[in-house]
Amino acid sequence: MSTNVLFDAPGPRARLRNNALTLLSAAVLLFIAYLVISTLGEKGQLDADKWEPFLRGDTWTGFILPGLVGTLQAAVVAAVLAVVFGVLFGLGRLSDHRVIRVVCGGVVEFFRAIPLLILIFFVQAGPATLSGYTMSVPAFWAVVIGLTLYNGSVLAEIVRAGILAVPKGQSEAAYAIGLRKSQVMRLVLVPQATTAMMPAIVSQMVVLLKDTALGWIIAYEDLLNAGLKQFAVNYGNLIPSAIVLALIYVLINLALGALAHWLERRSRRSRTSAAGPVAAPPAVGAGGATATL
Amino acid sequence: MDTSALFDFSPLVQELDKILLGFWATIRLTLTSAVIALVLGTILVAMRVAPTPVLRWAGAAYVNVVRNTPLTLVLILCALGLSDTMQLTFSGDPTTNYFWWAVAGLAAYTATFVCEALRSGINTVSMGQAEAARAIGLTFTQTLRLVVLPQAFRTVISPLGSILIALAKNTTIVIVASYLDAAAQMKQMFDDYGGTIPIFLGFAFGYMVLTLPTGFLFGWLAKRMAVAR
Repeated sequence: MSTNVLFDAPGPRARLRNNALTLLSAAVLLFIAYLVISTLGEKGQLDADKWEPFLRGDTWTGFILPGLVGTLQAAVVAAVLAVVFGVLFGLGRLSDHRVIRVVCGGVVEFFRAIPLLILIFFVQAGPATLSGYTMSVPAFWAVVIGLTLYNGSVLAEIVRAGILAVPKGQSEAAYAIGLRKSQVMRLVLVPQATTAMMPAIVSQMVVLLKDTALGWIIAYEDLLNAGLKQFAVNYGNLIPSAIVLALIYVLINLALGALAHWLERRSRRSRTSAAGPVAAPPAVGAGGATATL
Repeated sequence: MDTSALFDFSPLVQELDKILLGFWATIRLTLTSAVIALVLGTILVAMRVAPTPVLRWAGAAYVNVVRNTPLTLVLILCALGLSDTMQLTFSGDPTTNYFWWAVAGLAAYTATFVCEALRSGINTVSMGQAEAARAIGLTFTQTLRLVVLPQAFRTVISPLGSILIALAKNTTIVIVASYLDAAAQMKQMFDDYGGTIPIFLGFAFGYMVLTLPTGFLFGWLAKRMAVAR
């Protein structure tokens, strides 16, 4: 249902009322904006010396861009590993062998049910205790491994949904012309499922990129750390820095979101795949996703 | 290397009272933020489908900005920014103050997901419903309140369950807002006893006790409440 059916095309009176409402809501919003800005001003957060550092090149080359590189490095490495993990375990859950199915299902459900942060803590502190040596896992790898296991598990569900979204007749026809199981998967199901699950995968990348910010907690040198801990402490401008950093994250994620949206529209009218785009999976157990366990 | 420590579950027993307190903090944070996020999300979705362009624009801007900001940053902004730097406090008692700032951050972030879920729910209500509502002379607010939103809510029970589970897991991040929950307790135990598998599994089990039944409950509710179309 398109939302414009919720109200009629306005007549003269409704137009008047709408205009009044528009004015009123604009006034309320402006008042809220005024409150925010005046409070920021009172607390000295709008002073020029708090914002001026963002106009200087060395702020960007010294803090923000290296931080952004750190964030993107972690995100890209984790994304690649998560896709590999997702494909392996997604296909594993569809295996004909009960043991593989159950093991893969257990792993996927476990990592989806626990918070990413305690996983990252464990990846960082666990190996030292387990090996008996006082080595700690670098923050980069703690973040990347945590992100891989969590997002890989979500991607595994997306892969499974993508394969299941290919109409059954496709694999039946493939078997009928004498293809083997691996060939059916490789030549018929996976290519069509890929088109179907691309939008969901890209959407998951937004989640992955945002979660790299957890690196702050274990002191990984990402955008948040470089911009808020190292830089903002020097200038005492935490709030302006937080606003600028938030805008950088928002811009990157909006771009990724737009890509996902474009891919979804494209795959809806795609003739190369018999499967429609699949949605992101529900959280643990919420949609009967654990039924195969 | 001392292998006995690797399979030693005794720290979990020794610190059981602290662990339970940690999970109690998690539950309180989750439920409080969930209620506020649900209310805020409903207001946001009403704004996003309103006949007033300014409200639609404001709702969309809020959702797009907050949803795409990392929760860690939102919570840092609340606790270190608004509370510590700007001295906007809920209470003189630091524990109470940080609790409410953590709730504020979690609710502000989660509300955007509630809003998007409800909006997709509204999109599943068939056109005829709204047309019928208009035909019997209901106004925009009445249509939304009596016809569209009740059906939308029933359609999105399962996504709302997902959001609640994500919220429960996200409460771990309040560690940056100086409020201590179960994850902070685990970190403390890692520092005291070392990062052993039993401690990790104990906490993982605790979170699964919270998330898995919630998932099944919402799955069951979603089937029970489904609108026949």
